[in-house]
Amino acid sequence: MTETGIGAAVRRTEDQRFLTGNGNYTDDINVFGQTYAAFVRSPHAHAKINGINSTAAAAADGVVAILTGEELAADGVGPLICGWNIAGKNGVEAHNSPVHHALAMGKVNYVGDHVALVVAETQAQADSAAEMVEVDYEELPAVIGTGKALNHATTIHEEAPGNMCYDWEIGDASATDAAFANAAHTTTIEIVNNRVIPNAMEPRACLAQFNKGTGDWTLHVTSQNPHVHRLVMSAFNGVAPEHKLRVIAPDVGGGFGSKIFIYAEEVVCTWATRKVGRPIKWTAKRSESFLCDAHGRDHVSKAELALDADGKFLGLRVNTKANLGSYLSTFASAVPTYMYATLLAGTYTTPAIYCDVQGVFTNTAPVDAYRGAGRPEATYLLERVVETAAREMNIDPADLRRRNYIQPDAFPYQTPVVHQYDIGDYGASLDKACDMADVGGFAARRADSESRGKRRGLGYSSYIEACGIAPSAAVGALGGGVGLWESADIRFNATGSVTVMTGTHNHGQGHETAFAQVISEKLGVPIENIEIVEGDTDKGPFGMGTYGSRSIAVGGSAIVKAADKIVEKGKKIAAHCLEAAEDDIEFAGGNFTVAGTDKVMNIAEVAFTAYVPHNYPEGVEPGLHEQAFYDPLNFSFPAGVHICEVEIDPTTGETEIVNYTAVDDFGTIINPMIVEGQVHGGIGQGVGQAMLEGANYDENGQLVTGSYMDYTMPRADNLPNFNVGTTSTPSPLNPLGVKGAGEAGAIASPPAVINAITDACGGAMIDMPATQEKVWQACQAAE
Amino acid sequence: MYGFDYHRPGSVADAASALGGADDGKYLAGGQTLLATMKQRLASPSDLVDLGGIADLKGITVSGGSVSIGATTTHAEVAASADVQGAIPALAAMAGDIGDRQVRNAGTIGGSLANNDPAADYPAAILALGATITTNKRQIAADDFIVGMFETALEEDEIITSVSFPAPTSAAYMKFKQPASRFALVGVFVAKTAGGVRVAVTGATSVAHRGPKLEAALNENFSASAVDGVQIPVDHMNVDIHAGAEYRANLVKVMAKRAVEACG
Repeated sequence: MTETGIGAAVRRTEDQRFLTGNGNYTDDINVFGQTYAAFVRSPHAHAKINGINSTAAAAADGVVAILTGEELAADGVGPLICGWNIAGKNGVEAHNSPVHHALAMGKVNYVGDHVALVVAETQAQADSAAEMVEVDYEELPAVIGTGKALNHATTIHEEAPGNMCYDWEIGDASATDAAFANAAHTTTIEIVNNRVIPNAMEPRACLAQFNKGTGDWTLHVTSQNPHVHRLVMSAFNGVAPEHKLRVIAPDVGGGFGSKIFIYAEEVVCTWATRKVGRPIKWTAKRSESFLCDAHGRDHVSKAELALDADGKFLGLRVNTKANLGSYLSTFASAVPTYMYATLLAGTYTTPAIYCDVQGVFTNTAPVDAYRGAGRPEATYLLERVVETAAREMNIDPADLRRRNYIQPDAFPYQTPVVHQYDIGDYGASLDKACDMADVGGFAARRADSESRGKRRGLGYSSYIEACGIAPSAAVGALGGGVGLWESADIRFNATGSVTVMTGTHNHGQGHETAFAQVISEKLGVPIENIEIVEGDTDKGPFGMGTYGSRSIAVGGSAIVKAADKIVEKGKKIAAHCLEAAEDDIEFAGGNFTVAGTDKVMNIAEVAFTAYVPHNYPEGVEPGLHEQAFYDPLNFSFPAGVHICEVEIDPTTGETEIVNYTAVDDFGTIINPMIVEGQVHGGIGQGVGQAMLEGANYDENGQLVTGSYMDYTMPRADNLPNFNVGTTSTPSPLNPLGVKGAGEAGAIASPPAVINAITDACGGAMIDMPATQEKVWQACQAAE
Repeated sequence: MYGFDYHRPGSVADAASALGGADDGKYLAGGQTLLATMKQRLASPSDLVDLGGIADLKGITVSGGSVSIGATTTHAEVAASADVQGAIPALAAMAGDIGDRQVRNAGTIGGSLANNDPAADYPAAILALGATITTNKRQIAADDFIVGMFETALEEDEIITSVSFPAPTSAAYMKFKQPASRFALVGVFVAKTAGGVRVAVTGATSVAHRGPKLEAALNENFSASAVDGVQIPVDHMNVDIHAGAEYRANLVKVMAKRAVEACG
């Protein structure tokens, strides 16, 4: 391992600009003639619009234009789309897909829904004029509650009878029923996966410009996937032809999934900038982020686990109602189906699994992928039912898991729910985690807590996730509308420095450092001579973006492929210059060497020769610039065991995480410091969901938790020092052996936390978030 | 935020006349509630009369067993004051645990009391410590000052100039924080004073209030176990997404016990 190569804890090069206030975010960018946008938003969860009167608002100071859905439609701008079709039970070929207008057409369906665009000279003028737009609403009853939406007296969309988007199933129902018929024990739980709000540090924003001279648009936007933005906005929304639209996602301050999606604001502003002839800036206020960023999770489920007398899992049966919100966001349909139920085997050999999912519409913000996207929901449900079964059968919860693990020699392992796991050693992670968490000393620690009037609990989570999304053909076969390959473009400059462009996007993950380490390792170039460029459709090759812990597994593999091509071409050039046969050239540490000799040529010299080809092999093109596209062979499957230990004050429900151990198998790790940071952040987010966060709509569809006064984000003092370790079974299916690490913490931690809290409270069921009040009530009941 | 006219008078008299001349004016102290409300366009005063330029309103003095704190003294200044720490350590500790660092460096004692948020800390402190509020017009006893939710005895143009706290024998404030805002979900201030035990509760109901049953029990027997026997009525407790009535009533009891224990 070199100091800057694979496996080195290189400090993040991008942090210099972030930590010194020199980041360049969308709202930092201002252009000549810029105007400001404000959206008129629905104050009602569900209402007809009988009319919009903007006469007074249009006459207000500084107003440039007020535009509505009718004008958007008249210009042929298409509705917002969902890119993944979910076929249902009984041969239903397509899910119900209500039209999602970017600006309302006669009806609004959630608080915050987009009614009109106000463009003005200043932000304050735009905000004031937006208040003056008179909208004649006729309120309708709101459909609220994931478990209550189906066949509600009120139907939100006529295209979705009974408020059903789809009724989908996976697995073998009759085999699962047979497993239950033979079970010695059945454990049943009813469980809620609470709705959460993403809360990226940087609110969403866009700056749309149209150049009358060239007929080109430039859109700066907070996007995790600028090429996908451009593709969807050209192919489906039709706001600009793909070759005339440049999408730039500059520095982006966190996404957690919420910046994957193509939202109304950027579509409307890109359309409107040409119409009004001025650049338009929109930056979400935090209260708009709460209302209108796609939310996450929101499931209500029943899970049944069948076991034999020895605790061996025989079958798992799950029904889930998944709240999709008022409209389908860009990838909403896939999250509670293929991103979720395909993980219900977990790390276990459960031979029969059946799950059906009803996706429902409610008068709430759209719900889509949020850090983990479906896998946290699967893991939470599975690890709660497993822990509950262990308690009911009086089997040690670690032992029950061990009895059911897929064994290391069983790979590749085909689960009953689509996925074929490539590799893993779950028992190794469990053993290491138990050791690091000192599970053996828990009984003594519990006794000590009890002597002080406290309660103590220990909870496990043995998770697996599918990362590195995804083989394009598999995505297509399951209804996805895109390919999920990745691209890389390596351009050596004549002076030996390297510019690497890739289609992924860095919004906190540390790509500028980790990808440079891969290049440094593979091509022997000093890391300070490597520039990673992402986020601009005019610079880099077409790529699919960053989400689903895919960047290193898919994007990193594309970089390796392109680097291999560089080496291949470099060998030809070096062979010519060194007067040797190409087959005799070896490449290592940045040097092309004639095998068995001291004849050597550094890659920088090769690059110079490629651009100044005075003495050059015949038939070889000048230049050292290679591109590769990589379509993965399979998902990757990070897995691991997290153990949480809590101490509770039963008089108040105050819950302190006194020990948290994470042992993760991410395969090869490029930068252990960045990965550990990802694990910390993920656990923090998962602890937030488990104990603190919860989007709360009242029965009228008003978001009660619409600010930080009421929506509880996790803070440093809610979290312990984390005890982090790894095991490693490198993935055999990609050239780096990597698996992805961005979401694991958020996937693994909620069940570990809740299993610990419920353990401390005598096994009572507690739904997330396990607030102090709920924990106090459980302690009261247990005493 | 809507537009407004800004005034920065140098004296209390000028401040009062500036407000008198305004259409719908407001005094601005630390602005930790008012400015946030204005930014959200939930308040739109025509004029802001900033009290920050009035030297007479700042500062802390100790004399004759009581601590007098100028109205525009910040929470951070109260927390860091050796005089307050020496005379009433519970008050310094309370001020040091209001909001966060930014809030404590801007927010003031006068602003907090004039606003009288039902979950603020200072209303409990003045009630438990039997403080006297001095204004540009008169002196008001704490028990008379707190009137209702966001409501005080202050007249429209009246300005708090200082707050005087008699030093107790011992005192302690225990706050159970609302997890998101970190205001008091329930806060209980207990003080042993020359005139007996005084207990004040904030966050639990629509306004900070004395706890007469707790006071009676603690005057009888100043111990945590005495609190156990007190029935905390649940019917006036606030109910919101963070806590129901029974939980808040329980927290009143637990915080009272912790405060009594901390009094020693």
